[in-house]
Amino acid sequence: MADTIVLKAACASDGESLHLQGVAGRGGATRILGRRRGGRRRLADALGLCAALALSGCGRDQLPVIAARGPIALAERNLLFTAAAVMLIVVIPVFVMAFWFTWRYRASHPKAPYKPHWSYDWRIDMIVWLVPAAIVIALGYLVWTKTHRLDPYRPLVASRLPLRVDVVAEDWKWLFIYPGQKIAVANELVFPADRPLSLRLTSDTVMNSFYIPGLGGQIYAMAGMQTRLHLRADGPGSFVGRNTQYSGIGFPDQYFAVHAVSAASFRAWVARVKHAPKTLDAAAYAALAKPSTRFPVTYYSAYEPGLFDRILHKYTARMRAPVPPPAPHPGGN
Amino acid sequence: MLGRLTLHALPFYSLIALGGALVTVLAGLAVLGVVAWFGAWRYLWQEWLTSVDHKRIGMMYIIMALVMLLRGFVDAIMMRTQQAVALNSQGYLPPGHFDQVFSSHGTIMIFFVAMPFLTGLINIVVPQQIGARDVAFPFMNSLSLGLTAAGAGLVLISLVLGKFSAAGWTAYPPYSELKFSPGVGVDYWIWAVLISGVGSTLTGINFVVTIVARRAPGMHLMRMPLFTWTAFCTVILMVFAFPALTVASALLGLDRTLGMHFFTNGHGGDMMNYINMFWMWGHPEVYIVVLPSFGVYSEVVATFSGKPLFGYKSVVFATMAIALLSFMVWLHHFFTMGASANVNAFFGITTMIIAVPTGVKIFNWLLTMYRGRIRMVAAMYWTVGFIVTFTIGGMTGVLLAIAPVDYLMHNTTFLVAHFHNMLIGGALFGYFAGYQYWFPKATGFRLDETWGKRAFWAWFVGFYLAFMPLYVLGFMGMPRRLERYYVPSWQPLLLVAELGALTILTGIICQIIQLVVSVRNRAALRDTTGDPWDGRTLEWMTASPPAAYNFAVLPHVHGVDELALRKESGSHMNPPGIYHDLEPCRDIVVPNNTGAGPLIGALAFGLGFAMVWYIWWLAILAGLGIWGLLVMRSFDDNDLHVIPAAEVERTETGRLSAAAR
Amino acid sequence: MALQATGNAAAALAAARTEQEDDRALGFWLYLMSDAVIFALLFATYAVMVVRTAGGPDGHALFHLTHTAIETTLLLLSSITFGFAAIAAKAGRREGVLAWLLVTFALGVGFVGMEIAEFHAAVAQGAGPERSGFLSAYFTLVGTHGLHVTMGLVWIGILWVQVLLRGVTPQAASRLYRLSLFWHFLDIVWIGIFSVVYLPGIR
Repeated sequence: MADTIVLKAACASDGESLHLQGVAGRGGATRILGRRRGGRRRLADALGLCAALALSGCGRDQLPVIAARGPIALAERNLLFTAAAVMLIVVIPVFVMAFWFTWRYRASHPKAPYKPHWSYDWRIDMIVWLVPAAIVIALGYLVWTKTHRLDPYRPLVASRLPLRVDVVAEDWKWLFIYPGQKIAVANELVFPADRPLSLRLTSDTVMNSFYIPGLGGQIYAMAGMQTRLHLRADGPGSFVGRNTQYSGIGFPDQYFAVHAVSAASFRAWVARVKHAPKTLDAAAYAALAKPSTRFPVTYYSAYEPGLFDRILHKYTARMRAPVPPPAPHPGGN
Repeated sequence: MLGRLTLHALPFYSLIALGGALVTVLAGLAVLGVVAWFGAWRYLWQEWLTSVDHKRIGMMYIIMALVMLLRGFVDAIMMRTQQAVALNSQGYLPPGHFDQVFSSHGTIMIFFVAMPFLTGLINIVVPQQIGARDVAFPFMNSLSLGLTAAGAGLVLISLVLGKFSAAGWTAYPPYSELKFSPGVGVDYWIWAVLISGVGSTLTGINFVVTIVARRAPGMHLMRMPLFTWTAFCTVILMVFAFPALTVASALLGLDRTLGMHFFTNGHGGDMMNYINMFWMWGHPEVYIVVLPSFGVYSEVVATFSGKPLFGYKSVVFATMAIALLSFMVWLHHFFTMGASANVNAFFGITTMIIAVPTGVKIFNWLLTMYRGRIRMVAAMYWTVGFIVTFTIGGMTGVLLAIAPVDYLMHNTTFLVAHFHNMLIGGALFGYFAGYQYWFPKATGFRLDETWGKRAFWAWFVGFYLAFMPLYVLGFMGMPRRLERYYVPSWQPLLLVAELGALTILTGIICQIIQLVVSVRNRAALRDTTGDPWDGRTLEWMTASPPAAYNFAVLPHVHGVDELALRKESGSHMNPPGIYHDLEPCRDIVVPNNTGAGPLIGALAFGLGFAMVWYIWWLAILAGLGIWGLLVMRSFDDNDLHVIPAAEVERTETGRLSAAAR
Repeated sequence: MALQATGNAAAALAAARTEQEDDRALGFWLYLMSDAVIFALLFATYAVMVVRTAGGPDGHALFHLTHTAIETTLLLLSSITFGFAAIAAKAGRREGVLAWLLVTFALGVGFVGMEIAEFHAAVAQGAGPERSGFLSAYFTLVGTHGLHVTMGLVWIGILWVQVLLRGVTPQAASRLYRLSLFWHFLDIVWIGIFSVVYLPGIR
């Protein structure tokens, strides 16, 4: 299939892909993320799990943030662990001092030294300012580099081209449009585990936040605006995604199934959707957009072309011409 | 005639809502009944409601905060209980009710607990700490109280008439727009926030001027006690941050009431504009709320360690740095809304920079204890408990400042745990420490220590039980504001959190018992010296409670911790341990009481209520009434009166002889 | 003894009043600063919304140079006449204060009247504040300024009556000072509105 074209070949042919190459040249998300899958990951996994398990008494699947199953989620989680560890340099002394001083210098302890006038020492003051400052400089460096590296808008570099899915938040369900496959699905997101996911998001209602805890961070979906998110799974598996921004009475039920599947299963699934009886015409979309809870998983074998952009531009108020959608990936199905 | 207000506004749609309404109405009637029983109308009106004495206004603020704390806590325990049982089920609350509960919980705790509590403490303490007889604008002070009470009243009445907002305490559009929230709830929120926000802005102006212009001779800026310093930064933030909230909520109100399109979906609305303006207020607000607590800790830790605060200048600069930086971090509340990596990284780093001065403060408090002689009173318990708890909250805060980590943890219970960690372990513990510490100054008798310590332990343990599980639940991917859920493994932790809420309830009960016991034993707990804790700052030079004029003779200040300096030099201590200036007493000018403040407050309540329900004639009437009162007030040039020197002399002599006994 | 106490009391009252008026000036400056934040945010909102016309009319279709020019002239002139009122107050000339305040009031009424006419015309041609985000922002920014001017007019009226009844007392003089701050502040805001709203909007 066309999507097996490797990155290098694509780079030579198309401006969009040259952008990808540029990203790879600056460090390469794959390399960075891949390196993390060594011993450090296992150690961090073990530590995090031990702590969480001790507290909650539940299994790995219940801790999607700790037990990350995608490189993005993993990198974000590791960043959390690293920063927490660095901060212990300050936190542990504070704890020790708090308990030690309270005990040692209590008024009922007559032998403890008492210096009623001692209130300043420039050396201590320097340490007190410089140590937190040094930590913040270190963390600040980390913030700057990682925020750029893990920018949700930044395409992921992989040997296989990403699968594009357009996501629309509705009351209270999610619509996934597969422009490459010309299908649409409500409340189920299926993608091949060996390809990154490239999402464009908008909302046909209030603000929503799109979050699949095991795969990576969240991004808001807002009417009249388009946001982007790039995710990837380590391998086949199932996840639960949901809206995390309160959006009304159906909010608790606004979750959806996510399946990362093998390339063959994905092809089979697409074929199945393509044979679904329903199509997402104007009437079907109106029915979908009507506020409802527990909307069943629904397959639409086709949708009206340009649906995502129409939803988006329904709310854009500027007088200038609508923003053209990003050029489709060459060979992306 | 009554706009949208019909009988349907009464909460007969559910037993729980009806119960809430009945409790509210009955509690109100009970208060009125008690006042009537004691025939205290005149006393209440003349001595309290119309008072422009900053101590009394401060006490009324704190009473309001404590009452609203109870109301907000009822919401909290309702939420915890709902989430403890709502696995695969609706729980015990009718659909949509939970959403009102979390919205009113946040609104109440921020606007009507934290704000009045800190304003009350500032009112009672700051003028005394700077050696002033009064605030700069005593009438405006009473007006601010009236406006804050009007806002609180609107939130309370929303329980009886209509429903409260379900849009959360932040009222993010477009959900808070008429299209998605057609009821009166968001309007209640808007008007409560607008009216009390004006009150807070006026409080800010009042205290900036008070601190700038009313300091005692010799009280240079760098001699001001730390609580005054933090109050100073707080009130400056109020002046400059609250207008952003006023604009954000007013524009939302224009959208809803006049059909404009500031934040709507479509028609040219831009919801991001609201988010930006809301947090331009919202983040400074975090420091408005927590800085006064930092001030309390600084006072408490120095007093009870028997030492000056370590690194006074460092702490002052740290406070100023925090206040300044607080305007540069607002975007970290919405890293996940698609700003570019440069923007997110910038705001992440500015946010982290705030951790430096905050860390400095923590170390300086600890170093104040180092080689001190620490008296472990209840106020000190709150302080040590704060240091430990706040450090954890600071750590999770820095984690959330890292944008990629925030992508993971935003909108989860991890975030909820973090900000409760700061607001309970940071701000509220400080207010309680201040309550414990300055209670004798305001009332003339101390609070019971044993019950105070019990309350602390219950709150402390309860806090950890209630919120540590929420951190873990965040890792489990549980979003906030969830009415019901389908993940069985969340339930055990939510049950622990429920246990924590119940433990905190025990703490609140301990505090109520503490108040009752202390009032009953007030003779034994009486403070005749005015200085029950061996304090270091000027407020301990006045009587407890202070006379209307605070200081018979304005003190001359020679350094930081003026009273400690005087105690060391032994001057003015006659009888020993009691400050007494030898200068002769003079005539003292004090402001007249006025009913304009509470009346304008009542009219503002009427205005807000009318605007919520579209009762236009009442709105016009109330608006004109407010104008009329202000105009009348401007014609009143005789708003001061004189306490003759002889009377001052008598009061002071009486105080000294009582102390000598 | 009693006599002496009275003498002290009068002096104490006078000192307290002076302190009060000084504090009020400082407090009023702070109020203006916080009001300036409100206007800054309304300006920012307008800047964001100016392109969000939702297919409705934009500034070019609504604003007219002569109208705005006359409005601006009225307001700027009123600032000058207020200055004369302040000079008269300094000299203690009651009649001068009353006369110049009246002129200022008239100019202010003219300004507000023109603004209402402009709003009315816009609404009449279907360009009310509910038409688009741009118009919401325009009406709110300009309207908030107009509301401030209206409140200033009420304030001028009150002060006029006070000066008429009591003369140029220290309290009245101090109120006049704060009112002049307010009035000039509104002038500055108007210059901002003129430059941000009308100049780019007029053909």
